[in-house]
Amino acid sequence: MSKSLTSWQQPEVILQALHKPSIAVVGMSSNELRASNFVGYYLMRNGYQVTPVNPREEAVYGLPCYPSLKDIPHAIDVVDVFRDPSAVPDIASEAVAIGAQYLWLQFGVISQEGVAIAEAGGLRCIVDKCIKIEHARYMGRMHWLGFNTDRISARREASESS
Amino acid sequence: MPTPPHFKGFHTRAIHAGARPDPRTGSRAQPIHQTTSYVFEDSEAAAAYFNLQEYGNTYARIMNPTIGALEERIANLEGGVGAVAFASGLAAQHAALFTMLQPGDHVVAASALYGGTVTQFKHLLRKMSVDLDFVDANDLDAWRSAIRDNTKVFFGETIGNPSGCILDIEALAGIAHDAGIALMIDNTFATPFLCRPLEWGADIVTHSVTKFLGGHGTSLGGAVIESGEFDWSNGRYPVIAEPSPAYHGLKFHETFGTFGYLMKLRSESLRDLGACMSPFNAFLLAQGIETLPLRMSQHVSNAEAVAEYLAASPHIAAVHYAGLPTSQYQPLVQKYLPRGAGAVFCFDLPGGRDAGVKLIENLSLFSHLANVGDAKSLVIHPATTTHRQLSDEELAAAGIGPGTIRVSIGIEDAQDLIQDLEYALGCIA
Repeated sequence: MSKSLTSWQQPEVILQALHKPSIAVVGMSSNELRASNFVGYYLMRNGYQVTPVNPREEAVYGLPCYPSLKDIPHAIDVVDVFRDPSAVPDIASEAVAIGAQYLWLQFGVISQEGVAIAEAGGLRCIVDKCIKIEHARYMGRMHWLGFNTDRISARREASESS
Repeated sequence: MPTPPHFKGFHTRAIHAGARPDPRTGSRAQPIHQTTSYVFEDSEAAAAYFNLQEYGNTYARIMNPTIGALEERIANLEGGVGAVAFASGLAAQHAALFTMLQPGDHVVAASALYGGTVTQFKHLLRKMSVDLDFVDANDLDAWRSAIRDNTKVFFGETIGNPSGCILDIEALAGIAHDAGIALMIDNTFATPFLCRPLEWGADIVTHSVTKFLGGHGTSLGGAVIESGEFDWSNGRYPVIAEPSPAYHGLKFHETFGTFGYLMKLRSESLRDLGACMSPFNAFLLAQGIETLPLRMSQHVSNAEAVAEYLAASPHIAAVHYAGLPTSQYQPLVQKYLPRGAGAVFCFDLPGGRDAGVKLIENLSLFSHLANVGDAKSLVIHPATTTHRQLSDEELAAAGIGPGTIRVSIGIEDAQDLIQDLEYALGCIA
């Protein structure tokens, strides 16, 4: 991409997205060994309203799976994408059409065209970051496993989730 | 609204990284979680933790919140994506290799290494059916020509123990990465205050936390830090990239991305090798790191003063301290260790074994023991202790003379250390 990826990895934008309740996971698989399954399940366990989007699945963890974003009957705040980068422009167009606020592209899902479409439609974008890891960094227990959250604070937080 | 502050200073991070106030109790000091195990919220949570779908505590051989605080602090200071702590530096080093190697693989290591590492590599790797080549640490062509199709890692020490040679980390990273090989650096003698190998292209950093990081000589510990940037899926590391039979077919690198190597290191190698750190040691070691930058500054200025005194002394044949202006390693020191070349070095007494024994017996401020990196100054005479089974010829091959003395300069007053050495040297003459 022409700009450095860090332009789409801003902590403020990441935190805003993580505070939205409704997340569509595009490409969520029912295979427990797939990253999309790990992440979707983690988000469910942490209180998010998760909506799987995958034309090849009927349901994942009991949640009905929709063939595309446009088929979802309820509001979506964050569109989290586990697909080939070539699929992102169409997903971004649909994300704009359904009124989502954030387009979140997982590790390796890098599409300049998709980001341009989403931004032109008023969405904020997060690129080449994992939503599970960022949740665990800012709101969860990533530090329990010795990962570097890069968070320095002497403030006492109210509580923490998983 | 103003932008929230982002605290980046090394001293700040040494004190705060990894240890935010406990949200449940408000405890400002890091609580010591002296427990073997943790009660699960419910069955589903337990399953999610063991499946690695959520970060949750299962058993203290694999994770512990006090150890986690230490791990995050070390990872933060080294600039890594994370760290995993172990019972000792050698345990950490073995686990770091165990995670990426399988029988038939090949390792290239610098020849001037800590003796315990040489022994571990020579014998333990052979038992794992892993081939090993030692090369001259500063001969870049030797590293390059040692590469084979099955080579998985280059290994060296930022500051060699006890030779004091300085590794050209950036050049080695270039050679390793051209071949798709990982570079692993032991940074025990430098600590992240003096050098951060990941910033020069290293992929994995190991530590004996026992030494300068802890600084108090009370607790053993080791750590492995990873950059998170190495491509373990480049075809050379099926043991990390392919489905793992030791974790129900999980592909660690694909599933966890930048965290893949460390997740495998923790959830397989630490789990299976069992060399976990004690929570109390983690507390003491993290406490020690709070003063790391202050101590290292004093270690270095004392070491420079003592080395200069010894270099000018007529009783000394040679001083092998890279921080001396006359050292052959000065260009590398200026590049990699601008704050100083550490505080462990050797010097040679012309009088051989007898002179070594006499010096040790007449020192009263230096502690005679087999450790380095304590706040106290330490001394050892390898020919009569750690290497006493060797003949003079064998000692020479190991780069150690019969009159070689190794010192680890502490944070006392330099003038007192020099006075102690002056008296003991006078006793030999």
